[in-house]
Amino acid sequence: MANPAKTLAAPTAADRAATDMAAIIKDAALFALVTFGLCVPIVAFRTDLSQTSALDLVPRWGLVAILCGIVFVARLGQRLVLANRDARRALTPSPTQATEAVDATPNASQKISAYALPAFLGVTLAFPLLAVLGTGGLGESRYWIDLGILILTYVMLGWGLNIVVGLAGLLDLGYVAFYAVGAYSYALLSTVFDLSFWVCLPLAGLFAGLWGMVLGFPVLRLRGDYLAIVTLAFGEIIRLVLINWTDFSGGAAGISSIPRATFFGIPFTADEDGFAAKVGLDFSPMHRVIFLYYLILALALITNGVTLRLRRLPIGRAWEALREDEIACRSLGINTTNTKLTAFALGAMFGGFAGSFFAVRQGFVSPESFNFLESAIILAIVVLGGMGSQIGVAIAAVAMVGGPELLRNLGFLKAVFGDHFDPSEYRLLLFGLAMVIMMIWRPRGLISERAPSIVLKERKRISGSLVKEGHG
Amino acid sequence: MSVAGINVLVDETRARAAGTRAPLLTVRGVKTYYGNIIALKGVDLDVNEGEIVTLIGANGAGKSTLMMTIFGSPRAREGTITYAGRDITRMPTHEIARLNLAQSPEGRRIFPRMTVYENLQMGAAVNGGAHFEQDLERVCAMFPRLKERLYQRGGTMSGGEQQMLAIARALMSRPRLLLLDEPSLGLAPLIVKQIFSAIKELNERDGMTVFLVEQNAYHALKLAHRGYVMVTGTITMSGTGKQLLDDPSVKAAYLEGGRH
Repeated sequence: MANPAKTLAAPTAADRAATDMAAIIKDAALFALVTFGLCVPIVAFRTDLSQTSALDLVPRWGLVAILCGIVFVARLGQRLVLANRDARRALTPSPTQATEAVDATPNASQKISAYALPAFLGVTLAFPLLAVLGTGGLGESRYWIDLGILILTYVMLGWGLNIVVGLAGLLDLGYVAFYAVGAYSYALLSTVFDLSFWVCLPLAGLFAGLWGMVLGFPVLRLRGDYLAIVTLAFGEIIRLVLINWTDFSGGAAGISSIPRATFFGIPFTADEDGFAAKVGLDFSPMHRVIFLYYLILALALITNGVTLRLRRLPIGRAWEALREDEIACRSLGINTTNTKLTAFALGAMFGGFAGSFFAVRQGFVSPESFNFLESAIILAIVVLGGMGSQIGVAIAAVAMVGGPELLRNLGFLKAVFGDHFDPSEYRLLLFGLAMVIMMIWRPRGLISERAPSIVLKERKRISGSLVKEGHG
Repeated sequence: MSVAGINVLVDETRARAAGTRAPLLTVRGVKTYYGNIIALKGVDLDVNEGEIVTLIGANGAGKSTLMMTIFGSPRAREGTITYAGRDITRMPTHEIARLNLAQSPEGRRIFPRMTVYENLQMGAAVNGGAHFEQDLERVCAMFPRLKERLYQRGGTMSGGEQQMLAIARALMSRPRLLLLDEPSLGLAPLIVKQIFSAIKELNERDGMTVFLVEQNAYHALKLAHRGYVMVTGTITMSGTGKQLLDDPSVKAAYLEGGRH
């Protein structure tokens, strides 16, 4: 009772930091202990056949120690980063969480978008040039440009699916079906009717859009898990039909020798009617690849442009409102049937465009390419990117498609784990680990903040108190 | 009280004395089911132009079901609902919403990830955003809190502010009849007062007809011109707000201990 004020006084920052630190170390040690417990039966002993063909137990305590150490350090790092972030957040009120009105100034992610977007676009546009300069020759750059095309295809698919999943909130696990419809549309129209790519492209989009509506009708009343299951089944149905209807689609063998892309009618061939001769360049098969790169870039940008434009129109807002609350939507006079169908149809249409691009690039399509894993990857791109965020989807596509490729070149890990270690065998393991970490770090996706479709003009007036903290 | 069924305390004097025009909203013999379970057992109710009509009742009486049935989801299995001379019993919800009939549904149902501004835009979607700026000014004047938070996301506001947003959103379509489902739910008395005075203002200044479903019987009946009492899917009593307030059975069931 002598001096209650003193005992009740809040602990100083240093005290708190010390107790926090002790708790964090304890927590990390616990993690290491659990790892040790798991390692004892799994890692600690290896059984080898000895010369006398008896089993020898080879103890591997060094490896166990290394693993425990890694877990300890990783957990310590994670806790420290989180503690640091919480402390920083406690100091600055977030404009979206405050109970008092705060300036609706752009937040960190919106600022990133402001600078990242032109930079991202610039790098994408200059990418073939960079690849050629970086590898020292047109032919040598092929791997990189092919990778660029692959990534951009997934960016486009991600943006297309983003309309359905991210904006309208309809969980679609069968998106690859529309990709398949687009690919087979081009494959069949070009091989059977000799139509050119530029005629087939809109037709493929149209067919895919129609199929989007076909899927849309029966699932109008479904939401969430049930919708996901039906769309999953739809994707599989399309694939199975393509496999089994041999007369129509060529069955499991697929359709080959699909006409290659032409430069608006000028083929990429070595003879004098070819693109190289007409433009006055030395022939190189890379011209076609670079053309394909810019083609998919243009298609992806169109997808993005259309989506961004639609978001500002009543239909785009209706999609978002539908994602938030269907009943409220209806009672505000929005025809939810039409809204859902347009979302399905538009998303499917872009999937169809991407599909016909896929067919013209490969020159060969088969049902193999359109399995459930593809749908899952595209959906993962949308979810990882932060549902509804365009730039987030693009970044996620780079990470999801480029990441595994990057992991092919992990020779340096041999220095850590010894010569027997083949990183390519651990590619998917590392990738899965990266995704788990990513979901812990940003559970709502890379760019989780939804940018309002309308922003206040006065937004530019950033209040000084917030700017100092770097929150904006 | 002695007779089962409808116990009309007073003939609907206000409207019937004037006696010339049909009510704006008429509900006749409406039966609504959830699967096989009957929720409304034949409801009759009128809302005249320019009135505030309150429907009170205990939890599970079917008040919100009636509100939703008027809006077409769920549909009434029997009976008719007429609004401004049109039969809307079989109309889809979104078409009903285009008839100058607005609803602030139970549980607010604002769009949490969209900003206040965008929420209000959704409210104006019915008339294609015509006179949006004007209506925005009007609801901002009525609820100044919303003006402060126009670019904040709806879900980050307090319950009272969300309720204001739900009402403001319904007002953006310039409704002739406004249906409000428990606007006082879970709100502090001061906020309830604000919201009720806003409803009164809408009715007196703009002549808007209001149909109010409430648990907060005292405030709601005080505000209302007329009221109905609902018990397990049937209207058991109707009268002017004052008559219901003074009625001993209403007092016993809905007001005792709840007096403010």
